[in-house]
Amino acid sequence: MSARVLVGVKRVIDYAVKIRVKPDRTGVVTDGVKHSMNPFCEIAVEEAVKLKEKKLVKEVVAVSCGPQQVQETIRTALAMGADRGIHVEVSGKDYETLGPLQVSKILAALAKKEQADLIILGKQAIDDDCNQTGQMTAALLDWPQGTFASEVNIEADKLKVVREIDGGLETIKINLPAVVTADLRLNTPRYATLPNIMKAKKKKIANVKPADLGVDVSSRLEVLKVDEPPQRQAGVKVETVHDLVGKLKEAGRI
Amino acid sequence: MIFNKVLRAGFQAGLRFQSTGPQASARAATAALKESLGGFSFELTDQQKEFQEVARKFAREEIVPAAPSYDKSGEYPFPLIKRAWELGLMNGHIPEDCGGMGLGIFDACLITEELAFGCTGVQTAIEANSLGQMPVIIAGNDAQKKKYLGRMTEEPLMCAYCVTEPGAGSDVAGIKTRAVKKGDEYVVNGQKMWITNGGKANWYFLLARTDPDPKCSASKAFTGFIVEADTPGVQPGRKELNMGQRCSDTRGITFEDVRIPKENVLIGEGAGFKIAMGAFDKTRPPVAAGATGLAQRALEEATKYALERKTFGKFIAEHQAVSFLLAEMAMKVELARMAYQRAAWEVDQGRRNTYYASIAKAYAGDIANQCATDAVQIFGGNGFNSEYPVEKLMRDAKIYQIYEGTAQIQRLIISREHLGKFKQ
Repeated sequence: MSARVLVGVKRVIDYAVKIRVKPDRTGVVTDGVKHSMNPFCEIAVEEAVKLKEKKLVKEVVAVSCGPQQVQETIRTALAMGADRGIHVEVSGKDYETLGPLQVSKILAALAKKEQADLIILGKQAIDDDCNQTGQMTAALLDWPQGTFASEVNIEADKLKVVREIDGGLETIKINLPAVVTADLRLNTPRYATLPNIMKAKKKKIANVKPADLGVDVSSRLEVLKVDEPPQRQAGVKVETVHDLVGKLKEAGRI
Repeated sequence: MIFNKVLRAGFQAGLRFQSTGPQASARAATAALKESLGGFSFELTDQQKEFQEVARKFAREEIVPAAPSYDKSGEYPFPLIKRAWELGLMNGHIPEDCGGMGLGIFDACLITEELAFGCTGVQTAIEANSLGQMPVIIAGNDAQKKKYLGRMTEEPLMCAYCVTEPGAGSDVAGIKTRAVKKGDEYVVNGQKMWITNGGKANWYFLLARTDPDPKCSASKAFTGFIVEADTPGVQPGRKELNMGQRCSDTRGITFEDVRIPKENVLIGEGAGFKIAMGAFDKTRPPVAAGATGLAQRALEEATKYALERKTFGKFIAEHQAVSFLLAEMAMKVELARMAYQRAAWEVDQGRRNTYYASIAKAYAGDIANQCATDAVQIFGGNGFNSEYPVEKLMRDAKIYQIYEGTAQIQRLIISREHLGKFKQ
């Protein structure tokens, strides 16, 4: 099988970190804060590597957009089994305003350039929770999409995707090339083993600028302010159900 | 009043370095400072950080939950060992041409500290492999290395270091196991004791006396052998029931007319003592790292508890008696870490590190016990109880003052090295 898979990986603040809003309320504190690969992106990488191990695809290419530090995230993907990486350099103000629309334009351009047959992304990033990049990328390429995937199988030259939807599970069959976004139950990402971490150092990461791909990364959105969620107020204890109903009426809740 | 203003100004100046604005000039200043400091650095390489991450994740997600039940049952934690082997967390020292990663002692110590945080019983079982392999790594010929180290990277096998006897621990020169040359073989008779992985090893490094003359010096009287565990006459005893690190397999082993081919002699007859001692310079830093991992665990558990438990209307961490205990534990952990890192770094640079290795092992062993005891103290009555994790730490910590050279032997070594340097 000569298929090439493109996997997008995003560097985000680690899920275990306590998020703090910057004093100027323009965003959250990222300096000196632990970052790691977005958990859904880890699941995407794992799925791509699994497909390669089953010999259903030939090459897995990990892509990330951002400043120098995203190379760590690409290296983690390489240590998990991706063959090579592409670092799309975006830094400074451009990086602060980088969002799903620009990333999907970049991924679409790369998919054409690299002649990818399949793009696997995480369903959403845990920092912005946009859940848009996969869908937009498919639309820009005019490719079918299998989003919220909890199971992916290649059958002949079609993709069978089981999707997690509100009502339960939906199974669809789509043509390749396609875009798939990974949901939580798709797989359990492997550890990068120490020998693989060492081998990953020898794998190549290519550098590319958005301009080289003909993509304009300027944003049409402006963040006005970022605030902490409202502090939890203390509750009030009441003696009887009668009191409870009275208090709820007072607060205008019923 | 003025003091507060000065403090606040200093604090704000510090903050200013990190916010946007005069960031460029601040960075230039730091770069110039770095130049003048020369090579000294506390920075880990990216690869070291990644290794540490994998070990940390494995320890916290897989070892920590399983450790209490292994401690209760004493069952050998083979599933965990197998997992560690699969992830490449074991056998790091094995040279690349034998299928290993050829890691330095520093990298191995980073991994060891993280695993020990999870459970020192599991970590000791893994560490015993390094101890058994070290004589072969430093003194084996190509054939021996390929045969005995190669197999460790092909399957998750264990090995053991057989030196201690019922009658000789610290006094290695006093061991009585005899190896007599008969044709192309050596016939070995004797008793070993407290051998970690004794019942699980695939092969042993064995130290035995080859020169019967009591006037022969220690540096010529002993020989190091590699012994396959299934050799007829090798009889592991029962699994010993110890105070702590209970899942680690510790046994006595009897050698009755065990025949060892002469190809399994390391270097040659009489070279054994030096090989056995040389291994320690490389294995003491990881043992110190293990003790540090235990102390770190004690500190974290105690801190978490102190921020949850309330007494006299405050969290106990807000009472100075407790916060001072935590401060002292933190001091000890940081210093023990720096000590083993220095010892590991020295030997990786190709220098003799005996002085630093002994300091690290002695200090880390002592503070591991102190921190574990203090952690139990902070937990109060709960700390004494087996439902809470710290009593296990206290039981596990004790052995760090005993094995791999007792606390007293370390002091002997340190004083000898120190006085030796002084006299020069």
